[in-house]
Amino acid sequence: MKKKILIVDDEPNIVMSLEYTFKKQDFEVFIARDGSEALEILKHHIPNVVLLDIMMPNVDGYQTLKQIKNTDSLKDTKVVFLTAKNKASDIEKGLKLGADKYLTKPFSVKKLVSEIMELLA
Amino acid sequence: MNNYALIVIIIIYLAVLFYIAFLAERKKQSKWVNNPYVYTLSLAVFCSAWTYYGSIGIAANTGINFLPIYLGPVIAAPLWIIVLRKIIRISKQHKISSIADFISLRYGNNRFLGALVTIICLFGTLPYISLQLKAVSETFEIMSDDTSYISTAVIDDSTFYVALLLAIFAAFFGTQKTDASEKHKGIIASVAFESVLKLVFFLIIGVYITFYLFDGTSDIYNKMSDAENFKQLTTLGGVEEGFNWFFMIALSFMAIFLLPRQFQVSVLENNREKHLKKAIWLFPLYLLLFNVFVIFIAWAGKLTFGSTQNAEYYTLLLPLNNGNSFLATLVFLGGFSAVISMVIVSTLALSTMVSNNLIIPYGFLDKFIKNQPERNSKYIKNIRRISIFTIIIVAYFFYVSFSRELSLYAIGLISFVIIAQLAPAFFIGLFWNRGSSKAAITGMIVGFCIVFYTLVLPFTLQAYTGTDDFTQNGLLGISILKPYALFGIDFLSPPAHAFFWSMTFNLLCYLTFSLTSKGNYRERNYAEMFVDSRNFSTLQDSALVWKGEAYVADIKNVLVRFLGEKRATRALNIFFTKYKLPQDTQLADARLINFSEKLLTGSIGSASAKILIASVVKEEQISLVEVLKILEESKENIVSNKVLLEKSNELTQLSSKLKDVNQELISKDKQKDEFLDTVAHELKTPITGIRAATELLMDEEDDMPKEMKAQFLKNILQDSDRLGRLINNILDFEKLETGRLNLDFGYNDIQKTITKAISSISQIAVKKEVKVINNNVHTFKTNYDEDRILQVLTNLLSNAIKFCTPKTGKITVDYKLGNERIEISVTDNGKGIPEEDHDYIFDKFYQSKHQNTIKPQGSGLGLAITKQIIEKHNGEIWAKKGVKNGATLVFTIPFKYIVT
Repeated sequence: MKKKILIVDDEPNIVMSLEYTFKKQDFEVFIARDGSEALEILKHHIPNVVLLDIMMPNVDGYQTLKQIKNTDSLKDTKVVFLTAKNKASDIEKGLKLGADKYLTKPFSVKKLVSEIMELLA
Repeated sequence: MNNYALIVIIIIYLAVLFYIAFLAERKKQSKWVNNPYVYTLSLAVFCSAWTYYGSIGIAANTGINFLPIYLGPVIAAPLWIIVLRKIIRISKQHKISSIADFISLRYGNNRFLGALVTIICLFGTLPYISLQLKAVSETFEIMSDDTSYISTAVIDDSTFYVALLLAIFAAFFGTQKTDASEKHKGIIASVAFESVLKLVFFLIIGVYITFYLFDGTSDIYNKMSDAENFKQLTTLGGVEEGFNWFFMIALSFMAIFLLPRQFQVSVLENNREKHLKKAIWLFPLYLLLFNVFVIFIAWAGKLTFGSTQNAEYYTLLLPLNNGNSFLATLVFLGGFSAVISMVIVSTLALSTMVSNNLIIPYGFLDKFIKNQPERNSKYIKNIRRISIFTIIIVAYFFYVSFSRELSLYAIGLISFVIIAQLAPAFFIGLFWNRGSSKAAITGMIVGFCIVFYTLVLPFTLQAYTGTDDFTQNGLLGISILKPYALFGIDFLSPPAHAFFWSMTFNLLCYLTFSLTSKGNYRERNYAEMFVDSRNFSTLQDSALVWKGEAYVADIKNVLVRFLGEKRATRALNIFFTKYKLPQDTQLADARLINFSEKLLTGSIGSASAKILIASVVKEEQISLVEVLKILEESKENIVSNKVLLEKSNELTQLSSKLKDVNQELISKDKQKDEFLDTVAHELKTPITGIRAATELLMDEEDDMPKEMKAQFLKNILQDSDRLGRLINNILDFEKLETGRLNLDFGYNDIQKTITKAISSISQIAVKKEVKVINNNVHTFKTNYDEDRILQVLTNLLSNAIKFCTPKTGKITVDYKLGNERIEISVTDNGKGIPEEDHDYIFDKFYQSKHQNTIKPQGSGLGLAITKQIIEKHNGEIWAKKGVKNGATLVFTIPFKYIVT
């Protein structure tokens, strides 16, 4: 069965690169431009992993993560923050909220893929 | 009457007085002793033998000239309620025991001043007492049968024994207590009794003479009107006589306050201030009654005897002449009463002054410090007793060797004029705080010298030498120095003349020295207390002006010497309780110093008390400036409290402002952090895009479709552009915000600038099929930085395009003039700006919550930079409120940059 990934980011160019990368890794890719769109998609799909930006309009990454953690059907879904916020306090906050990994932008595509694969192994 | 019978009568009468005084001392609290009538009657000590006998002599010789001596007190009486009450209050507070004490305290416990006042009082009172003794002696002679026997030996003179008896009386009842400020109820009761007797007996003899010997007042008047000098006797003699009257009234006005015996009875022996209320009308009434028959007795005597040689004793001679020795004896006793009361009260007052202001401060203080308390008390009492005897004996010898030849009236007036020298220091000092001790001393000495020259000296020379060379020719024959006509003033009677000149110079000295010299701090403090007697208790208690160091134990030691262990301890306990101080307080404060001085003042006088306490106190000199500052502070306490409150309010405000500023600083810091965070984030975003795309393109193993490659390359280009724009904007913004960006002002046409701006965005507009309209046709030149305003317009226009719907979008640029400025607006028909965002859209990196989910390709700094540029032009920028279907952004540039 194909693995599913949900990419949540409001920067179209970044989303485009991520989409190309994970499609090549044989993922089924879902795309959301902010937290509210992501939560909408999660009502119908249960991805293996969610790649989550933090700074987004309307519903941000933190709120989205909380919602995911509060949803029973998503208890097996891994959440990975992918964000430009790289202060120690930000990282701590993100992990405390229950993110499985905290990755920072700009990122290396290869490394990102291996991190996600490791997480799903 | 037999000599011995008379002596027996005198002794019996004195025994009665002793008994009355004794009773009053035993029943001190009785209503019979403490009432306004006794107080008023004690004031009548004013009516001495001078009044009793002397007035009639004057009336017979010069008519109604005896009256001014009583008019002065009558005028003074209503003022007592103000002046005397103040004096009484101050005296009670400070335990003052004499007028010398009072004046010396007013001028800062000045020891010399107290002594000077004492000496003046001695000079003023001794002849006065001798005058009384003269009256006793002469009336005794008239009353006794043995007129042939005139003894010159003291030992045979009954007057001497009378004087001694009076001294014993005064010494016994006057020195019951060490504290001279304590009341002498026995003496006062006897004085009151005597006042009743002398008035009643005088009235009896008046009625007897007028209605029994003559047929009433009109009978005497009619018979008298035949006399040659009648007119002169009943009228005032023109302006000059008027002056004499004026000065005599002024003189007696002062005397009623200043005579030591008057000060004693009216101030020191006053029990309750409210007694004054009765005294102010009862006392004038008493004086009036005393004077009713004077003129008729004088005339009756004149009509009966023809000559006025013995006019002073008409009251005795008339009944004796008619064989009524009983009435004569009554009159004699009345006169004797007047003498006794005057002599005893005067001696008492003088002895207190002599001991407290002369002997103790100038000779005995050292002794007192070493002595035991009981011995000290004994010592003080003995000093007073010896003083009493000395005063009376000196007065007696003064009489024997001096005043036998002089009239009662003349001696009385000399006394008045001498005592009057205290007036400026006393009266002005009560109401004027500038009056200084130096001024008081100078005034008194100068005044006294003038009195001596113009009155005492000629009087004495005339009495001794029997010639009037001195008065006729003046000193060394200089006519303007004639003692009775100094500087050519020759129309006044000698006493009025002496009074006029002495008072003039006394007053001048007092005022001049007061105005030119300032007293020391102590003096100023007491002056303040006396003048402002309502507040003086607070002034005293807070004892503002004292700086020094003293131990309670030392002060207690001094107190014990005079009060005894028990009283001293009790007094200190009361003091500590009153001021809520611990009983074991070690260091004395200013209040204790003042309290202790006050405690001792009654026993040894204020000057001595000060010296004694000062001996155990290390007092530092305080500069006058300090004192004045402190006084000022106390006066303006309320004011300064207010100022303090204001200051504190100010401070509160200031601190809250400071808090705000601090908050602002913190928030600025935080903002700066946030700004940097945001900038980093904004920069990272395109870099992330570039990095990811580049990595994908570089992967040789991956054969990416061609169109995909093109897309990624395009993305890289886009992100690079974004990065460049972002960096420029950040630099611009930073420059503007820190004020490092200088505008390049120039004389530009706004119409041209708008056109340029529109053409720069025309490509995007065309692409989105949005219409941009410029309605303006007129050119208008004004002063601004064209590049920057172009940046503003471009920014606003691209924002407008961004929010406009493709194809139907329409943007209008307008400008109008007015209000000293040009107002430019950019209006679009896009989705508009929610009202709640209006205040924030110009904040850096602000993103509306209502913003489109697709992030516009802005730096987030555009409007912030725009706002900065407009503000640099002193203009304003805002989003117009209430615009439907779209948004209107307006900015202004003031004309003050217009180049003319």
